[in-house]
Amino acid sequence: MSAMIERPRREAQLPAFTDLEKDVINRLQHGLPLVARPYLAVAEELGISEQALLDTLERLLDERVFTRFGPMFNAGEMGGGLTLAAMRVAEPDFDRVASQVNAFDEVAHNYRREHELNMWFVLATETGEGIAEVIEQIEARTGYPVYNMPKEEEFHVRLHFPV
Amino acid sequence: MSVSTFPSEQTAVTSYQLCATDRQLILATQAGLPLTTNPWATLGEQLGIPAEDVLARFQRMQDAGVLRRVAAVPDHYKLGYRFNGMTVWDIHDEAVPEMGQRVGELPFVSHCYRRPRHLPWWAYNLFAMVHGTSRQEVEDKASQIRDLLAETCSGHTILYSSAILKKTGLRLKKQGDAPCSE
Repeated sequence: MSAMIERPRREAQLPAFTDLEKDVINRLQHGLPLVARPYLAVAEELGISEQALLDTLERLLDERVFTRFGPMFNAGEMGGGLTLAAMRVAEPDFDRVASQVNAFDEVAHNYRREHELNMWFVLATETGEGIAEVIEQIEARTGYPVYNMPKEEEFHVRLHFPV
Repeated sequence: MSVSTFPSEQTAVTSYQLCATDRQLILATQAGLPLTTNPWATLGEQLGIPAEDVLARFQRMQDAGVLRRVAAVPDHYKLGYRFNGMTVWDIHDEAVPEMGQRVGELPFVSHCYRRPRHLPWWAYNLFAMVHGTSRQEVEDKASQIRDLLAETCSGHTILYSSAILKKTGLRLKKQGDAPCSE
C-alpha cells in the first residue's frame, strides 16, 4: 500500500481527545502506584480531582478506548508454560488448519501474518511441559510442523501509546 | 520516559509461587480494578480480606515480577495506532544481548525478545514489535532499527498481521497453588 493513499486517511482518523483525556490516557498506561488511594495519587500528579480522574477513566472504558484497566500479570511467571509458535500452511489448507488450531484451549491468540510462516499463535499451558505436548497434538491434528519460538531473553515489554 | 520513573515496569523476576489468596485476587480483578477511591478495600470486602492485606499482596506480586503493573490497556486502533509490524532480525548471536537491549529501549518498540531460529524457514532471532499510525511510519521506524544494528544484522523483515484468527485471555493455572503465608 503506498503512502500516498494512506496519508489522507491517517489525517481523517486522528482521534480527537481533550487535554484531560490525553493526560489520563498517557499516565494510566503506566503503573498505578500501590498506595491506599491510588487514583487520588495519580489525580494529584495530573493536577485534577480524584473524581475527574475516575469519571474520565470510566468514560474511556465505556468508549472502549481502554479495553481494560487493572493488574497485568506476567503469565510466564505464574507457573505455567507460555510460548509463541508459527506454522507454514499451504493456502488451500489455511482455513481448516486455523479452525483446528483455534479449537485448542491452550491457543490464546492466533494471527494470520503475511509471510511464508503465515500462522502465528501464543500457547499458554498450565505446566511448562504442557507446551511440548500441545505442539505434538497440533502437529498430529493438522499434519503440519509447528515451529516453537519461546522467548529466550526479554529485553523490554512496555506498551505505551502516547496521544 | 526513564525506567527509574516507573520502577513497576522492571522485568526482573524472582521465583514466586501463587497462593490461593493471590489467585482469588487475580480472578476478582480479571475484568479490572474497581473504580472506587480505595479499590483494595472494595476487593477486600468482596473477598473478606482486610484492605491492607490486599494491597500488601499486590505489592508482593509486583516485587516478584508476577504482576507487571496495574495499568490501562488501550485499544491502539482507537489511539490512532492502526498499524503494527512484527519486525524480526537475524543478528549475530554474540551481539544479541547488547543489540536487544538497545532496540528495546527505542520508544516505539513495545516488546523485544530473543527467540530461536528455525533454519531454513526462519533465520530471525530478535523480535521487536513496532507500532505506527501508518504502514510508512512502521517502515520508517524499522529503518531506524536497521541503522542501529549496522553490521551485526544479516537480514530482517516485517510481518504485518492480516487477520486476527483468535483472541482470548490467558487462563490461570488450575492446580498446585502454594499455601498462603501470612
